[in-house]
Amino acid sequence: MSILDRPTEAPPRHGALGTSPTRPDGVAKVRGEFAFSSDLSADGCRFGATLRSIHPHARILSIDLSAAWKVDGVEAIITADDVPGAPTYGLIAQDQPVFAGDVVRYVGEPIAAVAADHPETCRRALEAIVVRYEVLEPLLDPEQAIDGAHPPIHPDGNVIRHQRIVAGDPDATGEVVVEDTYEIGMQDQAFLGLEAAMALPDPGGRGVELHVATQWLHEDRKQIAACLGLPEESVRLVLGGVGGAFGAREDISLQVHTCLLALRLGRPVRMAYSRAESFLGHVHRHPATIWMRHHATTAGELVKIESRMLFDGGAYASTSAAVLLNAITLAQGPYRCENAVIDGWAVRTNHLPCGAMRGFGVVQACFAHESQMDLLAEACGLDPVEVRLRNAMTTGDRLITGQVVRNVAPVAECIRAAEALPLPDEPVGGHPLPDGGVDVMKLPGGAGRTAETTDVVRGIGWGVSIKNLMYSEAFDDYATARCRLVDGVATLKFATVEVGQGFVTLAAQIARSVLGVDEVELDRVDTDIGSAGSTSASRQTWMSGGAVDAACRAVRRRLFEHVATRHGLDASALLIDGTDVVDAASGWRAPVAELSAGLELDETAVYRHPPTEALDENGQGDCHVAFAFVAHRAVVDVDPELGLVKVVQVATGQDVGRVLNPLSVTGQIEGGIAQGLGLAVMEEIVQIDGVIRNGNFTDYLLPTFLDMPPVVAALVEQPDPFAPLGAKGVGEPPTISSTPAIVAAIRDALRQAGHGGPRLTRVPVRPSDICC
Amino acid sequence: MSEHFVLRINGADHEVRDSWLGESLLDVLRDRLGLTGSKGACEQGECGSCSVLVDQRLVCACLVMAGAAVDREIVTIEGISPDGAPSDVQRAFVECGAVQCGFCTPGLIMAVHDLVDRIDDPSDTEIREELAGNLCRCTGYGRIVEAVRAVVLDRRGEGPR
Repeated sequence: MSILDRPTEAPPRHGALGTSPTRPDGVAKVRGEFAFSSDLSADGCRFGATLRSIHPHARILSIDLSAAWKVDGVEAIITADDVPGAPTYGLIAQDQPVFAGDVVRYVGEPIAAVAADHPETCRRALEAIVVRYEVLEPLLDPEQAIDGAHPPIHPDGNVIRHQRIVAGDPDATGEVVVEDTYEIGMQDQAFLGLEAAMALPDPGGRGVELHVATQWLHEDRKQIAACLGLPEESVRLVLGGVGGAFGAREDISLQVHTCLLALRLGRPVRMAYSRAESFLGHVHRHPATIWMRHHATTAGELVKIESRMLFDGGAYASTSAAVLLNAITLAQGPYRCENAVIDGWAVRTNHLPCGAMRGFGVVQACFAHESQMDLLAEACGLDPVEVRLRNAMTTGDRLITGQVVRNVAPVAECIRAAEALPLPDEPVGGHPLPDGGVDVMKLPGGAGRTAETTDVVRGIGWGVSIKNLMYSEAFDDYATARCRLVDGVATLKFATVEVGQGFVTLAAQIARSVLGVDEVELDRVDTDIGSAGSTSASRQTWMSGGAVDAACRAVRRRLFEHVATRHGLDASALLIDGTDVVDAASGWRAPVAELSAGLELDETAVYRHPPTEALDENGQGDCHVAFAFVAHRAVVDVDPELGLVKVVQVATGQDVGRVLNPLSVTGQIEGGIAQGLGLAVMEEIVQIDGVIRNGNFTDYLLPTFLDMPPVVAALVEQPDPFAPLGAKGVGEPPTISSTPAIVAAIRDALRQAGHGGPRLTRVPVRPSDICC
Repeated sequence: MSEHFVLRINGADHEVRDSWLGESLLDVLRDRLGLTGSKGACEQGECGSCSVLVDQRLVCACLVMAGAAVDREIVTIEGISPDGAPSDVQRAFVECGAVQCGFCTPGLIMAVHDLVDRIDDPSDTEIREELAGNLCRCTGYGRIVEAVRAVVLDRRGEGPR
């Protein structure tokens, strides 16, 4: 069954909302003509490169540039002394130096940058820079950041955030108690399009234009301008083609360095990271240690949740405080629970900095709470599905923060929809090949040909999750869009970043539906219009979609007024039907293209969601905007002796609100599940003594075509009354509970094999965790 | 050491000046000849973003020395559809939703052309195994497999188009 085969009522006009028109950038992308930020170039352009720390914690005693200046072709070398504005930046706290001045705090921290005539010249110049260090004791155990055993490694201290939640009766107990401690490894976003930017300085150095692949142009501009010591209006950002993001482009990486070099030289400068540098140059998903204890009745109904969560934020704060907020406030998962005591810590260490990645804190919490729900099911003698259905949240239920969930909350529907999807029809090892043999590629271990069909056991596991949508905790979150209608052609302008998710397709669909036009042009994405906010937090369909919808409606209102005056009609009775304006009273109709001939209607709109609150000292407050839900069922084949896993199928029921573009939703679901699978069984950045050991695609394993199983999906459509288009963001939920579902399936297989031992409390699950 | 040689790319000769010995074919294509359709994402042959054909064999351009490609027929994404209109593989990618960010796409278009030109009725396992050298981080591969199936059916005269 394909999720594209949904029954629909009256089929919408092709290209409008509810259909899957082809991407406006699709043809350019398949022809290799789409300009990614790494493809940009300008006449006289110079290349930039970054010198990085080799120690996790050290004092810089001296930096000797003299030999580097002698390398033929070097034109600029800059260090912390050359930053004219704020010396530090950051999304929440500005605690991260543009260049390390006195101290380096992680392996890979920028110390200097050079510009030269060729990347190879840059490499030679970097090698010629001599940095003398006094090596300091690194802080590598996050517990030591809390207990005071290690002196502060940053003026802001070693604790980035500590937040408790106390809900209901903290002393409540249940007849059934289950507990364990879970660990989540550090995951990399591993977008394919490496960091790259090109800066074009204004004459006289009074401003700069930066073309960059980012997630949030206006936030970048704010931080860049502060570091350059320029007013924001002197810094213009233009979106360079983005080769994926997944959270890793929300923080500043090479933006300030590129601008500084270009301003220094008075000519264009390009910077581009290698894969190895990219692993050092952007934030990652937080590794976390989570202890959880669930109290329940003998019937499996939750009574209380206790948890201690410790997130390793690495050397700088980035968004750690917000990541922690998500984890602690959604620790209950998509289940009713009145009582809770949660203690959350996000701390600073000399590891790689961590920040945003798809799922943003909820991924870590979900692995813990879903593992706990399975423990609870076992303790109560219940099926994993039954224990989840008994506790499933519905609209009107209260979170442990006291916030009432007002959105549609079809948790039970998502679980039942996933459960109703067919299980794989292939046996272990697949259907026999024409020659009667086994298709080894369908066995755990694949081409290694190590597993025997008779040793392989199939397991099934479940994961269900809740995700907050948009920015939380009193953040003023808004999006801006402009619509111009000229002679029947709509032109949309916004600063919304397209990272691959398909907002460019959706924006045009909105304009076609609202205005009854066929032709929609998309203007350049830059800072010449107000902010759209970040392409993150599953927020752009809701936020920028809401802004585009509002701008198009404003233009439509003016069109109706014009038509009413001209034809003696009542504007309030006019509506769009297909590509016509129709008078509901008389049945009069005429094409939009004809009625808008010679007109120029131009409107800009801002969409803002209702304000949210900060948490109080007990973690109480309406801190989130909205919620989405999803259920995952995973089927895996495991060879218990060899510790090998093959994921066979993932089924999902997802709460999407309303399907605006079925093909885009499918793409988000399948792609998100692939990243959840990666965290479950293969992806982890390994650091030993603060040094990354696998910062490349040979050693950091990503799911390939052979690792990724078929996905079967059911879209649970209940339009959300609070969403401007009825649709919820769909990007993050697929990543969140697919991970615990796969791990639960591995545990199920091991149980069936009589291989009772390991609890598998850590992701990614390694072969040695299974056959220990 | 400065090198001067000629590469035959997409049926035309391209002079390469000032190349250094050992420079990869990918860097020469992108930085010296301005053929930026081939992408670089790992520099070690793991991701397939730089896939091109050299004497009709699919290779990672980041692992081929440019000098080793002299006197060979090189086909890049810019030359996969010489008549100007998108190829059947390119059309299927757009129509089936196989493109999101698009960074892996040029390499995958090359790999899928190589696949469907060699194997006219690939099994699901063959499709996945043949393409396992091309990483995609956005799609989870499902729509790409659908696009390949669409091309196979179409070429066998069984497709919807």
